[in-house]
Amino acid sequence: MANVFTLDNVSKIYKNDGKEFLALKDVSLEIEEGEIFGIIGMSGAGKSTLVRTLNRLEDISSGTVSFYDTDLATCSPSKIRKVRREIAMIFQSFNLLNQRSVLSNVMQPLRIAGVPAGQRKEKALEMLRVVGLEDKKNQFPSRLSGGQRQRVAIARALAGDPKVLLCDEATSALDPKMTGEILDLIKEINRTRGLTTVIITHEMSIVEKICDRVAIIDNGHLAEVGEVKEIFRAPKSSAARKLVFPSNPFDPSSKDSRLVRIAFDGLEASRPFIAELVEQTGRKVNILSANTKSVGGVGYGQMVVELPKDKEDQEIVLDFFTKNGLSVSEVERV
Amino acid sequence: MSEYIIETIRNGFFETIHMTVFASVFAYIVGLPLGIILYATAKGRILENKPVNFIIGLIVNIGRSLPFLILLVLLIPVTRFITGSSIGTTASIVPLTIGAIPIVARMVESSLCEVQPGIIEAATSMGASPVYVIVHFVLPEATPSLLLGAAINIATILGYSAMAGVIGGGGLGAIALQYGYYRYQKDVLWVTVASLVVMVMIIQEAGIWISKRVRK
Repeated sequence: MANVFTLDNVSKIYKNDGKEFLALKDVSLEIEEGEIFGIIGMSGAGKSTLVRTLNRLEDISSGTVSFYDTDLATCSPSKIRKVRREIAMIFQSFNLLNQRSVLSNVMQPLRIAGVPAGQRKEKALEMLRVVGLEDKKNQFPSRLSGGQRQRVAIARALAGDPKVLLCDEATSALDPKMTGEILDLIKEINRTRGLTTVIITHEMSIVEKICDRVAIIDNGHLAEVGEVKEIFRAPKSSAARKLVFPSNPFDPSSKDSRLVRIAFDGLEASRPFIAELVEQTGRKVNILSANTKSVGGVGYGQMVVELPKDKEDQEIVLDFFTKNGLSVSEVERV
Repeated sequence: MSEYIIETIRNGFFETIHMTVFASVFAYIVGLPLGIILYATAKGRILENKPVNFIIGLIVNIGRSLPFLILLVLLIPVTRFITGSSIGTTASIVPLTIGAIPIVARMVESSLCEVQPGIIEAATSMGASPVYVIVHFVLPEATPSLLLGAAINIATILGYSAMAGVIGGGGLGAIALQYGYYRYQKDVLWVTVASLVVMVMIIQEAGIWISKRVRK
């Protein structure tokens, strides 16, 4: 499959009052056609800067960003405007025109591209149907809920038949229910239209839910990139572990006890796993945090458990985990 | 009050409207583009241009710092050149316009600055050119605020028009000065001042009302 974006050693330095700030350092990655690619990091990690290099809303200091075969840095202003029409973007704050109706908002990209008025309307109405808001076409954005506004923004993004959709914290301003709805919509659009999608977020749950691959950005560096399942199962970098591990497990019962995280990936969901551990080994563990779900009868998720104090007991428990195909990793104590 | 005075005040009323309307229109014809340029060329904006922004900003600041009364006198040769006379209602429109342009420009600039930067980013990401962004995104978004600013500016111009009476301009200001001040006709003074107050209030309230109606 072709690469939609190819980033090669991309660095970005901001200069402010003579002080230099390194926002991105030597980031190299490829985004493939048709996938949902996540970019995750803590706030200030550089992920918003990174996504803005993809449509050159941010110029880069060194390296190259290519969109298919086009090197974005060498594009003339009129060429880059043409390229941007192929790269749609939605935002955390929706960025709709409040003074324009929903329909008029959705027509904007078509107007910019010079599509004749009649076709603009037809196309915009079609897009509003895709997001399920055709009946709101004459409303103004201020009358809509956050979720509806983001749907309008998605319709607007789709109107110009883009090749890629960039989502910059698109669900961060929404409540969990609406977040779920918007993510489902993005996934559906990705599947039905084969629209390559790049998602910027600081929440692992979003990546888990819809991304195929993910890049973890930490302090401007690319800490890790790969299949979501793989990173979730066995995060290699400490930045990835920080994101994957539950942020706030219970405190362990004593200061020097040993905590491990076990990741479920494909274990039969109906299996009473911890009970089996106790039955078969006679050793007990203390569950500090658990987040598991069943997807099609298969269990996914993770659990942080406190191991028994005795070294030998610990080995028996760990042995049981690995034998049953779970990945186990030590939890770093904060 | 005599018939004559009432007639004079009525004429003065229309002269004031005449001056205010024309000066406002002309001031916006020049001030609106200047305000847009000030906005667009500022640091970090879509058409950032330091020299242009500095020069226009400097001219606007000089214009705003001159007391209007001084400007009136300074501009007498210019007024005479443009209108052929330096006294009368029509002649007053020249200094009124020139005095109002910098005020309008700054007001427009501040209205445009209220537009969310995200809207500009969204427009740019759609492949819009900077001029397109200003015309189709920034200006429509700023319309309610621009209208509110216009009401304030028109009221200011109305107030300035009263000052034009000092150097031979017409309108209610001139009547207040000539009859009310020089001839101690307190009743004329109060009537003209009251009329000016009412006019300013009408402009302000109308501006707020229209702005509210326009804001979606």
